[in-house]
Amino acid sequence: MLEIRNLHARIGENEILKGLDLTIPDGEVHAIMGPNGSGKSTLSYVLSGKPDYEVTDGSVSFDGADLLALDADARAAAGVFLAFQYPIEIPGVANMTFLRAAMNAQRKARGEEEISTPDFLKLVRAKAPDLGISQDMLRRGVNVGFSGGEKKRNEILQMALLEPKLCILDETDSGLDIDALKVVAHGVNALRSPKRSMLVITHYQRLLDHIVPDVVHVMHKGRIVRSGGKELALELEESGYAAYAQDAA
Amino acid sequence: MTINVRPARTAAEEAIAAALEASITAEAGQGRIPEVRRAARDAFLSHGLPSRRVEEWKYTDLRAAVRDFPNCAPAPGAMEEAEAAPLVPSLPNAGRILFVNGVLSRAGSDFAALSEGVTALPLDAAIAAGDPLADRINALSPSRYDGPLALNTGFLGEGVALRVDAGVKAARPVHIAHAFPGVEAVAGFTRTVVVVGAGAEVTLVETFAGRDGVAYQSNHAVELVVGDGAIVNLVRIQEEGDAAFHFGTLMLELGREAKLNLFALAQGAALARYNVYGRFEGTGAHAGIRGATLARGRQHSDTTLVIDHAVAGGESRELFKTVLADESHGVFQGKIVVRRAAQKTDGRMMSQSLLLSDRAEMDNKPELEIFADDVQCGHGATAGALDRSMLFYLRSRGLPEKEAEMLLIQAFLGEAVEYVEDADLRDLLIERISGWLEKRAV
Repeated sequence: MLEIRNLHARIGENEILKGLDLTIPDGEVHAIMGPNGSGKSTLSYVLSGKPDYEVTDGSVSFDGADLLALDADARAAAGVFLAFQYPIEIPGVANMTFLRAAMNAQRKARGEEEISTPDFLKLVRAKAPDLGISQDMLRRGVNVGFSGGEKKRNEILQMALLEPKLCILDETDSGLDIDALKVVAHGVNALRSPKRSMLVITHYQRLLDHIVPDVVHVMHKGRIVRSGGKELALELEESGYAAYAQDAA
Repeated sequence: MTINVRPARTAAEEAIAAALEASITAEAGQGRIPEVRRAARDAFLSHGLPSRRVEEWKYTDLRAAVRDFPNCAPAPGAMEEAEAAPLVPSLPNAGRILFVNGVLSRAGSDFAALSEGVTALPLDAAIAAGDPLADRINALSPSRYDGPLALNTGFLGEGVALRVDAGVKAARPVHIAHAFPGVEAVAGFTRTVVVVGAGAEVTLVETFAGRDGVAYQSNHAVELVVGDGAIVNLVRIQEEGDAAFHFGTLMLELGREAKLNLFALAQGAALARYNVYGRFEGTGAHAGIRGATLARGRQHSDTTLVIDHAVAGGESRELFKTVLADESHGVFQGKIVVRRAAQKTDGRMMSQSLLLSDRAEMDNKPELEIFADDVQCGHGATAGALDRSMLFYLRSRGLPEKEAEMLLIQAFLGEAVEYVEDADLRDLLIERISGWLEKRAV
């Protein structure tokens, strides 16, 4: 599904990714853990095509295609989805309007028919209640006046509607209490499938109790420095990132 | 020390002066009209077209911009009326008054078919009949010289006089449509006088459109008296041809607890200026004055407001949104005057602009002149580009760049459009704005 080779990326003069290698096969859930500033969020932005980042070396292949050659919207249409750590508020654009515009833009890019209004409404009604998304939240501006937890749930709703091949979850647990975390994790787990891969970026092991990964990677100074099974997360919870920090110093 | 040196007249000023003289000589009008016209002519002869040396025209220099003056058009024939039709937005529920090239089209107007309690007369007929509406002509003109308005008064003749009887809730909007379909440039001047009786309610729609590439001059003034407790909704859609000059003036008087809800959309003309003079004459009146301006290419679009709170307890809300692409130039000038007697006035004015290009320019000039001591007045202005993080968020969900931009621009303008209470008119505005945005996106 995803194959990253020797990826180097910078923002301004600041190089953040320094030769990152990562392979995620179809249907697997990989977690990336690491201390603050290790480049986790940068990786998520580079994969989803945020314009501020410049890739200086390396390659990213997504289902055999050169992901880095695509604009952000083309990547989305190809099946890449980033659940933002801090979802953006867009006053004046109703959440429903936004969801529908996104679905139709992706369909159009793939040469598919637009979704009809009744089908769209049916789909939203089927998916929103499980994530605790009310009619009011659908009518309001995108993320406007949403609590932290509501914003994260709205991200997962978008993921459920857009049915991406690769879900990148950037610190989806940040700012969530345990109940909200369970709702979000349940939503994510419902989307696990042999054809869908996930990259779960997190600072804490807690999220991985609920979204159990196949592989855990440790990221440090812009590279993957260690990979292992889900038990690696527990080990990190015990020992912290100190060993890597010392390495840094 | 004031030195009043008039620079030599420009070619355009010479042409205008000659045309004014000829027009007044040919047919000065009846009653007090010749006197009103001659006074306006004299004012023009001594002041001319305003240049940037005049404070109110600092950003919109007509002396430099207006290079010539085309002839006024004759009454429209069947061909002109047929050409005008596509330039008139369809408002199925409205009674329509149509002007083609600045001249009343009797065939295209529904004088007989307006709502009950609403009377419309051709301006010349109102004057000839000695209708009281004719006495209102030029009654609300500001004391300070206003070039385009002086020309509108100097050429006075075409127009419509409207009366809404006290207590009448007009069932249908009145649509005053202006079309300039000709391939030949003309100058058109119309005057609309509207008197809305106490407790009455009416919706007025003004639309302006014309042929692209023709440098016609479109100059229209409205004098609107909103009686005690009356409610007027006024929607203005300015979509003049891309080489046109557009000058619009609204002179407004609000009675006690009267209410005006104005929305002005401006997206046409090479150079446009909309000038609103609002005066609170009765206590407890409310004016909501809002608008959206969209400009691209080298378009210049100016909105200038002078809101005069003469009496206590008035409330005014101004919100103008401007979207500027390419090398276009937007101007917003808003002046709120609160006189000594106008205690408890509550005025809030905001101008927000979105610059889609770094060559676009927006000039904001808010002014407060407050002589009373117990008032709440505020103003603000913002200018900026589209929010990059919002754009990325939309694009990360699959929206192409232009579509994401459009959505954000519509949202930006939507905050002003939502104040239009009539759902059909709101939809019409959204449709016109979308049309502009789609053209730009191509």
